[in-house]
Amino acid sequence: MIRLIKFISLILFLILSLQKLSNANNNSLSVDKISKNLRCLICQGQSVYDSQSDFAISMKILIDNKIKEGKSEKQIYDYLKNQYGEWIVYDPEFNKKNLILWAFPLILFIFGGLLIYRKVFIN
Amino acid sequence: MKKNIFYLILLLFFTFIFTVFYKGLDKPNFYTPKEVNNKNFEEFTSFELFSNKQFDSQDIIENNKFTLVNIWSSWCVPCRQEHSVLMNLSKKTDLNIVGLNYKDKKNNAIKFLKELGNPFSKILIDPDGIISISLGAYGVPETFLLNNKSKIIKKYIGPLTENNISEIIKIIK
Amino acid sequence: MISSHIGYYSLILGFVISVSLLFYSIFCLKKKNQNINQNIFSLLFMQFFTVVISFISLVYSFVISDFSNATVYNNSHSTKPIFYKITGTWGNHEGSLLLWLLVLTLFILLFIIFSKKQPTKYRILSIFFQQIIILGFFLFLLLTSNPFNFLFPIPNEGLGLNPILQDPALAIHPPILYLGYVGSSIIFSASLASLVQNNVNREWAQHIKKWILAAWFFLTIGILLGSIWAYYELGWGGFWFWDPVENVSLMPWLCLTALLHTTLVLEKRNLLKSWTLILSISTFTFSMIGTFLVRSGILNSVHTFANDPERGIFILLFLFSLIILSIILFFIYDSKENDSQKNFFLISKETSVLINNWFMIYFLSVVLIGTTYPIFLEVIANEKISIGPPFFNKLLIPFLAPFLIFMAVGPELNWIKNNFKKIEYSRIVLFFIFLYISFYIINKTSSEILFTSILGGASLYLLFTTTYEFLKKKQNIRQTISHFGFGLFILSILFNSLFSKEFSANMKIGEELIFEKEKIKFLKVTTFDEQNFKSVVANFKITDEKKNIVSLYPEIRIYNQPNILTSEADIISTIFFDKFITINLLKGDETFNVRYQIKPFMIWIWLSVCLISYGGLLSLFKRN
Repeated sequence: MIRLIKFISLILFLILSLQKLSNANNNSLSVDKISKNLRCLICQGQSVYDSQSDFAISMKILIDNKIKEGKSEKQIYDYLKNQYGEWIVYDPEFNKKNLILWAFPLILFIFGGLLIYRKVFIN
Repeated sequence: MKKNIFYLILLLFFTFIFTVFYKGLDKPNFYTPKEVNNKNFEEFTSFELFSNKQFDSQDIIENNKFTLVNIWSSWCVPCRQEHSVLMNLSKKTDLNIVGLNYKDKKNNAIKFLKELGNPFSKILIDPDGIISISLGAYGVPETFLLNNKSKIIKKYIGPLTENNISEIIKIIK
Repeated sequence: MISSHIGYYSLILGFVISVSLLFYSIFCLKKKNQNINQNIFSLLFMQFFTVVISFISLVYSFVISDFSNATVYNNSHSTKPIFYKITGTWGNHEGSLLLWLLVLTLFILLFIIFSKKQPTKYRILSIFFQQIIILGFFLFLLLTSNPFNFLFPIPNEGLGLNPILQDPALAIHPPILYLGYVGSSIIFSASLASLVQNNVNREWAQHIKKWILAAWFFLTIGILLGSIWAYYELGWGGFWFWDPVENVSLMPWLCLTALLHTTLVLEKRNLLKSWTLILSISTFTFSMIGTFLVRSGILNSVHTFANDPERGIFILLFLFSLIILSIILFFIYDSKENDSQKNFFLISKETSVLINNWFMIYFLSVVLIGTTYPIFLEVIANEKISIGPPFFNKLLIPFLAPFLIFMAVGPELNWIKNNFKKIEYSRIVLFFIFLYISFYIINKTSSEILFTSILGGASLYLLFTTTYEFLKKKQNIRQTISHFGFGLFILSILFNSLFSKEFSANMKIGEELIFEKEKIKFLKVTTFDEQNFKSVVANFKITDEKKNIVSLYPEIRIYNQPNILTSEADIISTIFFDKFITINLLKGDETFNVRYQIKPFMIWIWLSVCLISYGGLLSLFKRN
């Protein structure tokens, strides 16, 4: 019984840490940081940070302006998603259609844990 | 029996994966932003190419039943081809055609217009390209057909073709 | 012209031999021979030989710039330096497939030579299964990706090789990667053979382990080379982008590493039989899935090959035939014996291997879903999303710390059961000491202190434990070296990402800017002509606070065919950090966009991966 509790708490710890990591924002708001998270529409395999296309260069100036206007990181991403679609941001959202994306590995992990639990604890 | 069901589910699962991948092959892997029609055209302020006077896009749009905003540059090759089409449109109709000069040098832009003609009632400049981004454009040329309430009726990515022109003429009638 | 003919007919001959091998192996299986028929060996050798001839013919066509050959026309140019004419042979879809065949046929030949102690039927069956794969690739080549198609009229000049590929790394990265990636095919075939013959046991584990180690070693080094190449060539200072092509090489690696650990259990305790087989089959399956994803054009990436749906359909069908075949064989032949009802004790080495597999499969599932989910979403919901580094970091990094701790503890446990006494407390204290050290170092930066400290603490703990084991010479040294390498790897990446600094600005010639207590001066620009490009080299002088001067020469290359501009970084590497600089032309003026980065511990990232693979190499050559 105690072992099961320890086991479950390990899993909960991991899941909670995930939450913390995703919620926490780095204090520094920079053009570089945001542009690394955006995809270039012209050179579609590169991020806006890496790309030297006209679009990417203009985009970096735009982001700089928005930061100076005082917009938050989330506001900038939302604005761009509204203009160009979710595709432009490398970080998939936590919404219904991406549910399987985020849940699948975690569910698999818990399932694997249960398999091991069975192998080790149940006679 | 349990074993059989398990293997059956496994086979079905892989068949599903197979079908998805098969269908996925037909999809283009290049992304184009969805044409969001009926969105509003974002307001912007800029300077006019010749006079250097400042204009607000809203003023220009409100005063015309329809406006065609064409994003172009002198260094953009497809823009040259598109330009004659625009010239025809300006002669055939009295549609208000506004140019947005994208990341260009004033001299080059003026030279371009001298060479190929000027179909524009007004030309505003976008030296950094950020006005175009705020409009949702990402390349050159791109064209927007708007009504006087700043609603985007049609958006064209790439140079305008004769078909596009016919379509525009139909809409503005 | 002639070399293309020779190459083509050699391939046809090889195809015929592979078909006959397929049937002949079944025939030999039915006979009651004790030893493997000498004919099979000759046929295998001839099959390999025909592919070698074909390959050499293609190389020759490239070298003489024979533009009547469509592949040479599409991927080469007469002004290309000879080194890239040769190595460019496998820098394209058709040529790299020929490389696939080369490795496939080589490995089955080597397998027969080095498996003499194994039962004959098992060896023959391995040949049979490998031949199915080889046949599939022959068909793929001949039907959809022929390297010897003719062009008429013969063009004067070729289209040239992508400048990014014109790099020494092209000579070694694909061949070494393929030895691992394609080499896992033999593990697949041998495992299916073992399943059918029902000889999944200790002796088999000992034998297959060598092949697993070999494939694993080459795959690790191959991925490392790809990362190093991306680091200095792509000019972004990054070495891993979670790009689909990179992920596709990582998935078999994760599977293969899990398999390596499971084989240990199979060898020592004769347990986990079915699971070992499943992992073996999955590894090569992931190789094939990867081949599908990057060669069919279904995914968008900086480094995909061909974008041809027709080829995609072939690979997809072939891939699924292999999967269906494996499932059917498993259904028929997986005996009840393989299911062990034996339980594992909680504190034992077997359980720690299970925990290793648990985490590895989790990591594998993250990479898999992250790479393929956009396809599912697009087909089912007609929406496009992007999945990049933020996703992978969020799901993988939190799990690394516990993984590292398990890695430190696991190898010390005994097989079957470990009676633990008072060791517990000193360990926990030790962990907290490292946690505190890590916290102290990381506190200077502003990032997630809790997380990164735990991660740093865990890696230090692993480093300490493995060093201790190494010095006491109690455990398996080879394994200790690899685990030490992994701890160092995570620690280096952690410190690299926390302490890297970058600077980006537009500078004119003669300008000097200050960045992080260093003076960056843009001295001058020189241009000169090379064989197939024009070179613009900038001279930068960096003076640090101790008045040490370092000169950097980033370059812009303007290639003639194809007409592409590339930016070549200049990097100075020391033990402690890399100084990395790139320049880019800006439209118009004499201004250049300059990007300068200070990246600590880069060398340690590469060295730690070398250490990881060195442990594996030592195991490969260990005398039993």
